[in-house]
Amino acid sequence: MRSSFLRRKCITSLLAGIALAVPALQAEAESSLVTEGSEAASLDACVAPTQEIRRYHMKYLKHDRDEVVIEGDRRVKYSLAACVNCHAGTDDAGSYQPVNAEGQFCDACHDSLAVSPDCFQCHRTTPDPKSKKLSSSALDRLHDQMLDASTHLDSIESQGLYANEPAGIQRD
Amino acid sequence: MSNKSDQPSMDRRQFIGGTVAAAGAITIAPGVILHAVAGSEEPSAGASSKHRWGLVVDSNKCADGCTACVDACDEEHNLISHDRPQTDAKWIRTVKLKDKLTGKINRLVMMCQHCEFPPCVDVCPTNASFRRVDGIVLVDRHRCIGCRYCMMACPYKARSFVHEALHDQAVSAPRGKGCVESCTLCVHRLDYGNMTTACQEACEKEGHAAILFGDLNDPQSQISQLLLKNNSTEIRADLELNTGVRYLNL
Repeated sequence: MRSSFLRRKCITSLLAGIALAVPALQAEAESSLVTEGSEAASLDACVAPTQEIRRYHMKYLKHDRDEVVIEGDRRVKYSLAACVNCHAGTDDAGSYQPVNAEGQFCDACHDSLAVSPDCFQCHRTTPDPKSKKLSSSALDRLHDQMLDASTHLDSIESQGLYANEPAGIQRD
Repeated sequence: MSNKSDQPSMDRRQFIGGTVAAAGAITIAPGVILHAVAGSEEPSAGASSKHRWGLVVDSNKCADGCTACVDACDEEHNLISHDRPQTDAKWIRTVKLKDKLTGKINRLVMMCQHCEFPPCVDVCPTNASFRRVDGIVLVDRHRCIGCRYCMMACPYKARSFVHEALHDQAVSAPRGKGCVESCTLCVHRLDYGNMTTACQEACEKEGHAAILFGDLNDPQSQISQLLLKNNSTEIRADLELNTGVRYLNL
């Protein structure tokens, strides 16, 4: 009788311990997704709510690349160069690491999900020192668009994630 | 996508750019005009068919031995040489023409002629070669499969194929192994309101001013006025491609 009471108490405390530990583990896993030392690590959120970007970044980038390359519309919200500028980590000496290098921002997820995107066969993997276009002011503008991110997230939750999929481009 | 109507139009930006350029043009020596960069840095709201961008190259002003424009293009787009001239990417190259009868030598630069009816677009099996509505002929590398039909079709030998894996590309000119590429008329500058190409800028800096970029559709533009007052040549005019690059004194 006494031993079974002790066992029950033991199991209860174990369950309570797990219940407390799981969110802590999740929190740690979330924070480690952004490369330490990158500009992104100092910001609260990405150019869209983090959950949305994780799920749809590839679709957003694919849609906006056609807008830029074919239509010449450079005001697009999602830009691979902006991803790289913000998410590239630095080594101990302070020089930028390629975002697709082992363990870096892009590779970390793509590796575990076994996807190999071709983006970086052509696109640059570190911020371009020659480029003025994606200066901090341009990034500030992107983050200004984030001001309504919380309401946007609410709408995602109410409508479901698929309501926010980008429309395809009609081409002849 | 987003609401486009609340953005400044191309016309407004061009007007502002033109005004700034007119105010900022300084003559630093006879024939040497330093243009203030007319870039508003405002991203383009999309190419417009109201414009047709083109170049005029003055063969008389193109100086023998000078490669300023070629070097500037390489620098601008990070076209790295592998010391293999046969296959190295070149978006602009110098050409000498000799009249066999008189011995007169003409020098000019050759690049994508941005045809109105581009043969490269006709033959492309994937629609990777395309003509933007403002007349700039480009390669969408997301679609290019590297078949090189366009290189065969181009009468001007203006296109290059990337044979080597690349890294550290310019952010404004993503390019990689297995794709065909050519002159983009510095579309990355134009789309941010900078109305000068890298080659024109370099040529002016050298003091030759043999290259002029501008809007062929705008009768008031410097390029249209130059073409109105001078005899110009379209290379291989017999093909009736209506090129966007014209030559003077050829």
